[in-house]
Amino acid sequence: MSELTLQLTIIVGYLLVALLVGLVAYRVSTNVAEDYYLANRSIGTLVLLFTTFATLLSAFTFFGGPNIAYAQGPEWILVMGVMDGVLFAILWYLIGYKQWLVGQKQGYVTLSEMLGDRFGSRRLRGLVAAISLFWLFPYIMLQQMGAGEALAGLSGGAIPYWAGAALITVFMILYVVLAGMRGVAWTDTIQGLFMLSVVWIAVAWVLAAVGGPSGATAALGESNPEFLALGSDYYTPQYIISTAVVIGFGVTMFPQINQRFFVAGSSRVLKRSFVLWPVLVLLLFVPTFLLGTWAAGLGIEVPDGANVLPVLLSEYTPMWFAALVIAGAMAAMMSSSDSMLLSGSSYFIRDLYRPFVDPTLGEQREAWLARAGVAMFATATFIASLSRPGTLIEVGNTAFGGFAQLTLPVLVALYWQSTTRDGMIAGIVGSQLLYLSHVFVPTVTVEIGATALPLFARTYGGWDVALAGMALGALVTVSVSLVTSPAADENASRFVLGAD
Amino acid sequence: MLMTTRLRTLGWVLTFSVLTVLSVPWFWWGDSRTAGGIPLWLWWHIAWMGVATAVFYLFSRTDWDRYMGVEDV
Repeated sequence: MSELTLQLTIIVGYLLVALLVGLVAYRVSTNVAEDYYLANRSIGTLVLLFTTFATLLSAFTFFGGPNIAYAQGPEWILVMGVMDGVLFAILWYLIGYKQWLVGQKQGYVTLSEMLGDRFGSRRLRGLVAAISLFWLFPYIMLQQMGAGEALAGLSGGAIPYWAGAALITVFMILYVVLAGMRGVAWTDTIQGLFMLSVVWIAVAWVLAAVGGPSGATAALGESNPEFLALGSDYYTPQYIISTAVVIGFGVTMFPQINQRFFVAGSSRVLKRSFVLWPVLVLLLFVPTFLLGTWAAGLGIEVPDGANVLPVLLSEYTPMWFAALVIAGAMAAMMSSSDSMLLSGSSYFIRDLYRPFVDPTLGEQREAWLARAGVAMFATATFIASLSRPGTLIEVGNTAFGGFAQLTLPVLVALYWQSTTRDGMIAGIVGSQLLYLSHVFVPTVTVEIGATALPLFARTYGGWDVALAGMALGALVTVSVSLVTSPAADENASRFVLGAD
Repeated sequence: MLMTTRLRTLGWVLTFSVLTVLSVPWFWWGDSRTAGGIPLWLWWHIAWMGVATAVFYLFSRTDWDRYMGVEDV
């Protein structure tokens, strides 16, 4: 069997297993909207943990992250630990558990639905859904770009970029349309476990060849001693804090993550996931990012446009194993994409289509319309992905910043009963406008006296402008709420628990 | 009674803040010592994530529901 055939067999084999799991899950589901989106709120600890975990990761774990570690050192492990291990875990409790409790009581399926009901506002509901879909679009696109590049790279160009992206798109649509949340959750679990195992086997394999971690680090100390010191011109404290805070907060408002907050079968499931979170983050990111860093000391040369991990593995492990790792990376991209598509479609149908277009939409028809929505959204992102705008990491970080603008107003609304509809809308619109203007308006430098002041820059003194947007959003939400009174159809008791 | 509740809340806020801030060993900035082939600052982080798990476990067993206005679900 030729090298290419074997590699493709391994990847296609993986895709078939995933489809099989999806079909089995489909057979036990009931096709009403709550099961399609939320698996009837019956997900257990292992599955919830891994389905959230797998959707947090995209190609970044296997490609983007190790590439940065190879070029700049392993400090991204710290960023990941603060962001996902600690901050996200705390928000998992503050936002996730609260949303789960409120969702149990009121039967919500989406964040926008929850906010729209609490504030008696169809406009707010539509606004949150539209903002979420806006930032989701580039992120799904990135997964298709990543998959297209991975297949093109693996086949040495035999499979062109567009064909790889198209193949993944078709498979994603097929999969999500057939299986819904139950199917997605189960394949996420398989993928998560698969990724963890593959990564540790890879570390063992490479380290066995280079004399253990001491040998690898000694080589690194010769070639790039600066990588061993904590911090650098690239990893400034501002960079570490900005990135961890913006992404950590942004993640909670990602539709596919936020919707996970409604699916847990019981509060025990949420508690256990919360506790296991820091360990899981360590188990995945320490080995992947260290491999990238060590590659620098082992003299691995990465060709332009290629990724360090596959190059390192093809140097030190058998070819079939390198293919398995590519399959793992594809798995990460797939699970990210299918969860995003599923949640995106529920936002579109429930929070935009039904309230604004056809309020009489029935549950059976909704479930089918959701599938049509998935197909349309994936096709649109596929078409956009063909133009390949910007680098994966840039566009990805921009999307996280956009979602992070929603987090603080939502947090305020969940815990502060005096929040008003006007406060929410002002806070959300204000922070989005600030952030959008900095993303899309080119930087201009103004001279004030002797100092040059950049306007519309993405960072100020090394700090991400998204942080300023977050602060503004919280401030405006609170201050406008203080000076306005709630409208007659607002219902603060929706978020109060244990009162009845 | 109210006083102890407030102290407890303050305790959790402080604990979670310290947990977040010291995930990165800022006091070892620029330090490149290693042990067993891993930078010391990374060992700190690995141990700290263990501490985080222990604290999260403690919180989930004690005051998890206290701040949500529910008894036990």
